[in-house]
Amino acid sequence: MQAELIEIRNHLIQYPPFDEMEDDLVDEVVSHIEVAYYRAGSPIAQFGDPSNHLFYIRSGAVEIYRRSGELYNRLSEGEFFGQFGLMMNKTVRFPAQALEDTLLYLIPAEVFQKLWETDETFADFVEIEDQTRLRTAISRREKGNDLMTAKVTRLIGRKPVIASTTIRLQEAARIMTEEGVSSLVLMDETATPPKMTGIITDRDLRTRALTEALPSETPISDIMSTGLITIRSSAYIFEAMLLMLHNNVHHLPVMDKYQEEPRGVISLADVIKYESQSSVFLVSNIFHQQTVKGLKRVSKDVRDSFVRMVNEDANSHMIGSAMAGIGRSFTQRLLELGEEQLGPPPVPYCFMALGSMARDEQLVVTDQDNAMILDDSFDPEQHDDYFLALARFVSDGLATCGYSYCTGDIMATNKKWRQPLRVWKEYFTDWIDNPKAEALLNSNIFFDLDGIYGATEMAETLKTLVASKASQSQRFLAFLAKNALNRTPPLGFFRTFVMEQDGKQNNTFNLKRRGTAPISDLIRVHALACGSKAQNSFERLRAIADTKLLPDGSAENLRDALEFIAIVRIRHQALAIEDGRDPDNNVRPEDLSPFERSHLKDAFQVVSSAQKFLRYRYNAPAGRHLQ
Amino acid sequence: MVQRSQQEITDTPWPLRMANAGRMARDPRLQAFYQADWPAAETPIREVPMVAVDFETTGLDPDKHSIVSIGLVPFTSQRIQCAQSRHWVVRPKLPLRQDSVTIHGITHSDIDNAPDLDDILGDVLEALAGRIVVVHYRQIERPFLDVALRWRLQEGITFPVIDTMAIEAHLHPNRTPNWWKKLLGQQPVSIRLADSRGRYHLPHYAPHHALTDALATAELLQAQLQHHFTPETPIRDLWL
Repeated sequence: MQAELIEIRNHLIQYPPFDEMEDDLVDEVVSHIEVAYYRAGSPIAQFGDPSNHLFYIRSGAVEIYRRSGELYNRLSEGEFFGQFGLMMNKTVRFPAQALEDTLLYLIPAEVFQKLWETDETFADFVEIEDQTRLRTAISRREKGNDLMTAKVTRLIGRKPVIASTTIRLQEAARIMTEEGVSSLVLMDETATPPKMTGIITDRDLRTRALTEALPSETPISDIMSTGLITIRSSAYIFEAMLLMLHNNVHHLPVMDKYQEEPRGVISLADVIKYESQSSVFLVSNIFHQQTVKGLKRVSKDVRDSFVRMVNEDANSHMIGSAMAGIGRSFTQRLLELGEEQLGPPPVPYCFMALGSMARDEQLVVTDQDNAMILDDSFDPEQHDDYFLALARFVSDGLATCGYSYCTGDIMATNKKWRQPLRVWKEYFTDWIDNPKAEALLNSNIFFDLDGIYGATEMAETLKTLVASKASQSQRFLAFLAKNALNRTPPLGFFRTFVMEQDGKQNNTFNLKRRGTAPISDLIRVHALACGSKAQNSFERLRAIADTKLLPDGSAENLRDALEFIAIVRIRHQALAIEDGRDPDNNVRPEDLSPFERSHLKDAFQVVSSAQKFLRYRYNAPAGRHLQ
Repeated sequence: MVQRSQQEITDTPWPLRMANAGRMARDPRLQAFYQADWPAAETPIREVPMVAVDFETTGLDPDKHSIVSIGLVPFTSQRIQCAQSRHWVVRPKLPLRQDSVTIHGITHSDIDNAPDLDDILGDVLEALAGRIVVVHYRQIERPFLDVALRWRLQEGITFPVIDTMAIEAHLHPNRTPNWWKKLLGQQPVSIRLADSRGRYHLPHYAPHHALTDALATAELLQAQLQHHFTPETPIRDLWL
């Protein structure tokens, strides 16, 4: 009769990667297992010992060390070690010691080898680099999501309807009715080759022509939208959604490379059909509100929209951009309402979003960070009453809609952050040319900026200034790098605790302060060093990857780490909302699934080595360890 | 009634007793068993091959009850080799009692197809040969096997065992607190397998499956050796 080691089998199949393994393979593993007991404090494997087994912890706890003697990891029930030695050179690379009385199940090298070669899940799980494991985890998550994988071309139902910019209003309306389309692309046919110069939509006809009672002979070029926002045909549907969100447009011409004529036009309705409860919908609802009270009512849907996206397996970039788009829309609508109430601005101005909104990385627990750039003709005596009133209107309105006041007073209501462009230039020049660690700590947030309303070209001027100056100042980069090292990731988890680098154990940790923030901080330093004007961390990473600033593969690893930590943080908040609790960033290890625990640990390792590289690359002095 | 063996009453050293038994043995399987390479009394425990053995039986009295299953797991003080573990269900001479069925989970249909102990005896003895048997509570496996062989072969069997329960009993001589200590809330110390394992932080295993209990016993001895003995402890200090 076949020997049945029920207890060993039943334990293994509770833990990855054995939980997904074929029964036959599990049986084979179990039948070859060796068991060994180690008393607390006794060595299990020493550096350089032959590596003959994969060690699986049945009970107890084990500490893994680096060669230097530094604690590398602390493991408990259901976790394993020894895979590196087995895969590399068949000698132990990380010495191990029993922290408590420990019972180990040992999987012999031959069995390990067979699993590694035949079982893909197993191979993924033990693969040489933790980073690889992280990437597999992310791509698996995203597999199921249509928005993530479907291209915009799928939404194109027909060739675009095109007319010349010389036609009249009535003619445009007739073509659109006959063709049954909601948009008409307008080409300047006098140019060679003909150039797409504008678009007119149903909504434009209503709001610009009918309500103004324009004569039917009005040239279409008078009322068409110009400065078109288009999307390339290789883009994904979610990118189209983000683009619509960001710019509050409802139609996007889809462009093939090197072609002047669009391949098609996709509309908000097409995207909504694809994802019926889209946050794009919420945004258009925001712009229909006539009062702050109305906005407050709409703001109650923001959390639902967030939870829905999470449940639909959107990635963190989509969610962060959608939430930032929603926040931006509230701000823009409040500015419109403010101007209606206070009258038109006496001089041009630009309203700036800072921090996470500017980076398109906003979530639901967020305060407002904003500022105003005023035209250089601004005269405080004459004009500041107006701008202060407007800033207050917006800030109070945002607070009403759930975006709490900034505790650091980084808001346009603060006179210091409501200044003419020339003063802003002085601010940035001073921060970059005379860097002081303490001052930079507070001004960090200004290096993620985005003009969201008004004369946004003033914000562009500042971005250009920063991009050109920052990369030239090694001292500035060194200080920025030093600040980016203030917040470190934890080592990982151990049972219900968070393991710190020094072996200390905490009950909870802040996924923002210890996870996403350190990553976006260090990405910002690299992005400024390579002169990028991008604000979003993923886009910054792409810009960084194009240079030779980082070692090969590092940018991808950081992207994966950021995505994973962000999505765990997002899920944590969505769960809280669904449970009727207030979402926050504090996570207890026992709230994490084994999958999240193991991959978060991998992600933290990536952050930790990226911080080491940052220190070395910019010659930054060691940071204070804040938590 | 079959004569019970007197092995624990004598203090003749084990190698001599094994040699004598070997000379007396008639069954070729038993002869091979005794002629195996048995460790000398001075052999340090780290070099001793062992085998943890557990029987599930229809009751506690070897003269009245029968073996229904056998689990064995070969091991050393460093490693337990599951690949060589064995498990047999055997047909008891005496009918299964319902209350024992509920304990070890082996049913009438399981044993209807099972071999008689005699059919697998060669395999069992081969697995035990040259290895020191380790049990938790030595009044079961050795006496049951001895009686079962006397029934079938008209000759018994003897061999040294290490008893993990005896080790626990030795470590906790005053297991039952007196009335005064009870009043102070002191609990009696249990030396049952599961409770003994708990003291060494070994995990809980569901009891009453011969192979699992054998594995549990092997792990317990590894833990006891690490906590209370040295790798150089000679086997003569441990076998009974």
